[in-house]
Amino acid sequence: MTTGTASTTEQPHAQPEPGRTAGLGTLLGSVGGQNLSLVGALAVVLVLFGSLNGNYLSWENIQVIAEAVTIAGLLAVVQTVVIICGGLDISVGSQAGLASVVSAMAFTSTGSSALLGIGAAVLVGGAVGLLNGIVIIYGRVNPTIATLAGLAAYKGVAQLVSAGRAQGYVLNDPLFIFLSRGKIAGLPTMVWILILVAVGVHVLLKYTDIGRNIYAIGGNDTAARLAGINLNKYLVSVYALTGTVAAVAGVLLTARTGSGQPVSGSEGLELQSITAAALGGCALKGGKGGVGGTLLAVALLGALQNGLTIQGINSFWQNVAQGLLLVGAVVIQQRRNRERAIGLPA
Amino acid sequence: MTALDLSPADAPPSGLAAERVAKSFGSVQALQGVTLHFPSGQVTALMGENGAGKSTLLRILTGDHRPSEGRVLLDGTPLDLASPIDARRAGIRIIPQEPEIIPHVSVAENVYVGSLPRRSGRRLDRAELRRRITADLARLGFDKVLDPDLLGSELTAAQRQLVEILRALTGEVQTRAIAFDEPTSSLSEHEVEALFALIGRLRDQGIAVIYVSHRMKEIFRLADRIAVLRDGALSGVLQAAETDERELVRLMVGRDMSSLFVRQDVATDEVVLDVRGLTTDDVHDVSLQVRAGEVVALAGLIGAGRSELALALAGDAPIRSGEIRLGGRLLRLRSPKDAIRAGLGLAPEERKAQALFLQRTIRDNTSLVSLDRLSRWRFVRRRDERALAQEYTDRLRVRAPSIEAEARTLSGGNQQKVVLARWLARRPQLLILDEPTRGVDIGAKAEIYQIIADLARAGSAVLVISSELPEVLGLADRVVVMQNGRVTGELGRAQASEEAVLALAMTDDLAGAPRTEPDTPTGVSR
Ligand SMILES: Nc1ncnc2c1ncn2[C@@H]1O[C@H](COP(=O)(O)OP(=O)(O)OP(=O)(O)O)[C@@H](O)[C@H]1O
Ligand SMILES: [Mg+2]
Repeated sequence: MTTGTASTTEQPHAQPEPGRTAGLGTLLGSVGGQNLSLVGALAVVLVLFGSLNGNYLSWENIQVIAEAVTIAGLLAVVQTVVIICGGLDISVGSQAGLASVVSAMAFTSTGSSALLGIGAAVLVGGAVGLLNGIVIIYGRVNPTIATLAGLAAYKGVAQLVSAGRAQGYVLNDPLFIFLSRGKIAGLPTMVWILILVAVGVHVLLKYTDIGRNIYAIGGNDTAARLAGINLNKYLVSVYALTGTVAAVAGVLLTARTGSGQPVSGSEGLELQSITAAALGGCALKGGKGGVGGTLLAVALLGALQNGLTIQGINSFWQNVAQGLLLVGAVVIQQRRNRERAIGLPA
Repeated sequence: MTALDLSPADAPPSGLAAERVAKSFGSVQALQGVTLHFPSGQVTALMGENGAGKSTLLRILTGDHRPSEGRVLLDGTPLDLASPIDARRAGIRIIPQEPEIIPHVSVAENVYVGSLPRRSGRRLDRAELRRRITADLARLGFDKVLDPDLLGSELTAAQRQLVEILRALTGEVQTRAIAFDEPTSSLSEHEVEALFALIGRLRDQGIAVIYVSHRMKEIFRLADRIAVLRDGALSGVLQAAETDERELVRLMVGRDMSSLFVRQDVATDEVVLDVRGLTTDDVHDVSLQVRAGEVVALAGLIGAGRSELALALAGDAPIRSGEIRLGGRLLRLRSPKDAIRAGLGLAPEERKAQALFLQRTIRDNTSLVSLDRLSRWRFVRRRDERALAQEYTDRLRVRAPSIEAEARTLSGGNQQKVVLARWLARRPQLLILDEPTRGVDIGAKAEIYQIIADLARAGSAVLVISSELPEVLGLADRVVVMQNGRVTGELGRAQASEEAVLALAMTDDLAGAPRTEPDTPTGVSR
């Protein structure tokens, strides 16, 4: 897993010194407390499994881990943006499944045109995301409920159009082969796509006014409105972006498995993406988080899962581990915020 | 320093005391070595600049923060306060600025929440509840100010505070000490009077009263003793009768302050804001003009519709009829964004609810509305952004370790300064400031007035909403007075006096006309 991206300053960090001194201090400061503990946890996992099994830290296995987390990673990166806005999208897995089916079916019906297949998937993904945004904003439906409905409905649509079966075969096309097995500069194409999307979103959040406005919306929507931010435009766009990136993940799913998958491979991705975002330091009430933390969390989850698999530990335990991590991450976050244990948590 | 402070040799002094209390947050030393006694039966005022540590000291006394060093004593006995509940059990109460009120139950239930009278089973004993609340309201002299049947959500800021005070005074534990943190900032004049009368009675009952405020007038009316904090340390304790404003300012700021207000005459004839017959749900047929270089104050009692007018001008309330022109152009406002684009800026009244991003840095909070100017190709030029934030942070003397400190770590007054910095930095054609100096210390007030004057001189038009009459009179070239959502009159600088403004602010009441609308708390958006 490549996690070279600089992390964000959105994490809680020690008060910077008035006259910031360059060097190690600044570096640690910019990594932030939450990310530092993630790096620590990742190191522990790597050392632990590395000492149990000599092949675990081999370049081959690291590429395996990276490829395995790519799809979940893409979804986690956009989930981060949604959560920063104060929303949530639990339909990302179903959106990816739908896009996967669409890409394969469009590919087949256009006489094996990979570009048309991918284009159709991305269009459908964008449209579905847009629909989520419109239902939430103009239907005034709580984001969790709206995307819960989407989780069921989009999965249903994918099953309907595919009659519940895997669709087509795409690995006779050079573009799909390149996506699934190709390499650029020694790194798998899929990983490059994740890096590209992650860097893009990171730059958007951190260096542009759009990113500032996204943080503002999640931090205090009334104040954001009074500061002249068009909340509706931003929120609908963020959901549309999410659908689009989920579609890219769906296309990669098609490429990896060789055919359009309505359900298998995309089910449970919503859980993984939310876990990674929360573990990476996103506050679920919005306004806080960043791509750096999320990617570190994705790496941690992937390394853990792969290690457990290599050690021959039952995949049921892996689910348990993931659930524990999600709860643990939020508990730690609330502790840091000194939330009092009264009534339902904010 | 006086002999009233802890003298261990004598019999334990009655009242609440802090002994060598220190508190640090990370690298910020908020309090250090504070030893201070709050005697029973006296009002001790706590003063100091923004960030001096007043609220922190109150939080320590009332169990909300644990001191890093030192201890809290009641009648000479050390207390171990792990939470506000411990403090309540010991009879120590704080009236926070934003009391927690349950919105959908009545005042009576809000007051006795946790110990409601019950009949057999778990049913609420309404008759007993009514008897109790009527008796308590009469005993405390609130029977005319507070209707026990109102719902929590219908209460004004003042009534919310009254509920919190009632909670403190009707509990089973006898209250020994009660702290008020800037209680008057959202109260109207007569509510302030009622509060002061109550504080007088609390003192006479032998309760130790702690009173934090930046308003000199109140301090000298209420306080027996005045303690001044500076940079987290005690810089003096004085008898109110033996000191004056000048000495207090010197203790707080460390220097003399000459004049607070800037007198200048730079108003031009060029009309920047021209409002005609503006009507929304809350304001009626308002016409108003502000010229370039002119500072106009909107005066009136709380609930007069001033903040509602401001929100309507800023595009945040639907306009039923009327016209708004800015620099001659007719505005069609569908959202605050349109208003800001057109050159209007509003620093709203409620900093936490309407303006601040608590998790974001001072830099982010300051630059937010100037980003269009600070970016190219949508990329924010970080150096320019830092320079802008630093400039206004310095000018307004925001007390923080750096511009990278998160807004939530700032003291109330410093948060207010950050909100102002955001809009002052944008330098809009028309700047509307709603209660700009609420909770701000005297040194920063002077700086804010200076910046307003600078803006006016540079040709901006400024509309200031303020409930503090000295501020209205000191700042404004012209005073527009509102009541019940209508403009009731206009006074030039020469005619403006406290009496004249108040007379206009209460025109309807004086004329005996029935009030058309109930008092609503200001700052309700939409
Ligand atoms: N949670 C926190 N984290 C970091 N610093 C804090 C925190 N709370 C308070 N401080 C700092 O402690 C100092 C004292 O703050 P405090 O709120 O006591 O000031 P104050 O005297 O009440 O000021 P004001 O008049 O503005 O209300 C300030 O410098 C503030 O920034
Ligand atoms: Mg304070």
